[in-house]
Amino acid sequence: MRKPIGWSTIIIAALVAVSAALVWRRDGTDGVLDILTHDLTLFGGILPRVLAGCLLGAFISEILPHEKVSRSLGPKSGLKGLLIGTAFGAILPGGPFTAYPVASALLAVGADFGATIAMVVSWTLIGYGRAVAWEIPIMGTDFTLWRIVISLPLPVLAGALGRFVYIRLYPKRGSDEDAA
Amino acid sequence: MSAALLIDILLWGSVFGVGLIAFRRGPPVFKASLREGSMDFINIVPRIALGVIGSGYIAAIIPQEVITGWLGPDSGWLGIATAVVAGAATPGGPVIGFSIGTVALKSGGGVPQVVAYVVAWALFAFQRVILWEIPFMPARFVWFRCAVSVPFPFVAAAIAMVIGKP
Repeated sequence: MRKPIGWSTIIIAALVAVSAALVWRRDGTDGVLDILTHDLTLFGGILPRVLAGCLLGAFISEILPHEKVSRSLGPKSGLKGLLIGTAFGAILPGGPFTAYPVASALLAVGADFGATIAMVVSWTLIGYGRAVAWEIPIMGTDFTLWRIVISLPLPVLAGALGRFVYIRLYPKRGSDEDAA
Repeated sequence: MSAALLIDILLWGSVFGVGLIAFRRGPPVFKASLREGSMDFINIVPRIALGVIGSGYIAAIIPQEVITGWLGPDSGWLGIATAVVAGAATPGGPVIGFSIGTVALKSGGGVPQVVAYVVAWALFAFQRVILWEIPFMPARFVWFRCAVSVPFPFVAAAIAMVIGKP
């Protein structure tokens, strides 16, 4: 996965510091502590799932045959690769704690940005997990099904656009450059 | 709580399943991936902590009313663009995102705008990106993924306009 501290982490930390300062100015120390307590509880609840997600990602990258993955999901996998990525994202069980570690594992074993984008976008837009748990109860079955039908072409299109841009942005890089 | 329990059962069931496959490849393979997964976990915990605790503060300074205000019955492409920004800026989890969408639908928001909102929320909601996507994925992938996803809430709204209401 990634190195512990990168620019993204620094930007987020700065954003958090500014937000916390604003909360402190508006609600005082109590306001800051309230949010801290609530979020620490949330954090404690999330941790086991994060561990499960990390283990899932590690096992998957170990057991998937790398050359097969880069053939079916690599830069030269064409429309079929984008469709496989989309199907995989749509059937993946669990929440973000599974989707992102698994996506990261796929990148590591030879999937390209295009297929991985198709997978992530498919998980978020047509995956059944969130639709069944949240969208149908809150927004209704009609809206949800209709919204999913509208979203059906989007993962493949996003993956295709990603591939198109990536090749032009990084023409010299090989297929497996993001293995680290 | 039963949905959460089901998720946990599915999740740990999957871990157990792939773990078993790895184990049958031989204990060294199993041990190596177990160690790798644990190291990933240890490396990721500080970032998840920053995401969880941090996004609580960011959410606290973006009140829900602000988001709802952006989702008025303001129709046309400007309304869709506003809905996309609102979707990305919506704090909190799926309950809040979908509830805001429902409120917007009931209070006269246009259907294409609400579709753009829900799709943009699914693609870009800042809390999910900060909390989950950035810690787990290579940063370059996340920014790239977000950038190429930008047109798609608009595409979804356009499809919604063409095929009509649900």
